[in-house]
Amino acid sequence: MNPILECYGLTKSYNKMYNALDNLNLTLDRGQIIGLLGPNGSGKTTFIKLINDVLVPTQGEIRINGMAPGVDTKKIVSYLPERTYLDESMKVKEIITYFSDFYENFSTERAYRMLEDLQIDINSRLKVLSKGTKEKVQLILVMSRDADLYVLDEPIGGVDPAARDYILSTILNNYNEDAAILISTHLIQDIENILDRVLFIKQGQLVLNATVDEIRTEQGKSVDALFREVFRC
Amino acid sequence: MPWDLDNNRPIYIQLMERIRLDIVSGVYRPGDRLPSVRELALQAAVNPNTMQKALSELERSGIVYSKRTSGRMITEDEAMLRQLKTELAQEHIRSFLEKMDKLGFSKEEILALTQEQLKEVE
Repeated sequence: MNPILECYGLTKSYNKMYNALDNLNLTLDRGQIIGLLGPNGSGKTTFIKLINDVLVPTQGEIRINGMAPGVDTKKIVSYLPERTYLDESMKVKEIITYFSDFYENFSTERAYRMLEDLQIDINSRLKVLSKGTKEKVQLILVMSRDADLYVLDEPIGGVDPAARDYILSTILNNYNEDAAILISTHLIQDIENILDRVLFIKQGQLVLNATVDEIRTEQGKSVDALFREVFRC
Repeated sequence: MPWDLDNNRPIYIQLMERIRLDIVSGVYRPGDRLPSVRELALQAAVNPNTMQKALSELERSGIVYSKRTSGRMITEDEAMLRQLKTELAQEHIRSFLEKMDKLGFSKEEILALTQEQLKEVE
């Protein structure tokens, strides 16, 4: 099968002074769980927004399943943004209906099963839920789609460790060899074992693209330890 | 409960060690079917491709084998299982000897101390 994501000279600048993303060349195959890692302001979210057509490249191009970002790629990309975009006055069950209307590949059954597992009341309005519970609801929405590419911007930052374990097992459960999952996070140690590959981004440039076990074999240290070394302040 | 893995060594090697130990210690019996890659990956809380690699390596060593329709089975070759058990024991003994050496004990002293300890266990 063709790669799920290709970038050629992908560049984004918000002003003339510097590039938030600088000449990124990258090909990602399906069937992988990929960690997108870098310090604050390194360009992770810019990259994610470009994949999701929220931003337009200044230079270069990006291809998802061979297509430029747009309506057709949004059908196959399931995106968890760093901030919520949902109408907070809606009830959880209304949002589920909304999503199943909106996306052909949304599984209502899967969403309800996960909501039940995490004991989230479907009759609650979003605005009365805690920050962590809101994040869980959003992740459930995103993981309930049968997408080709899942893009998760900090999916576990705001939830407690027990829910984190559940979320990681949800991601593993959802893994299939035709899809890829791209996860940006600072909690490297928590997700290291479920990753195939990691990408290190530094000042808008890709400085490392390797599998977790390549790093451990060659460097004799964890991805977390290598990150602390590469990005030492 | 996710498997207890350490941070510095390749994950697939640690998965191989764990499954080997489970075979030697009788969690899986000779001729048993191993759980699927997905099940094992979920149990261990690791990436399925990493688990796949660990199982392929175990298959190369002959300790497990693929049956076309029913997944991976544990070998029934008793001699091979005995040898595996011996190898694991040797690894433990080697690392024990290294530690004793670091503590400054001679071979004779290690032997005497070990025999003493064995008597106490009895």
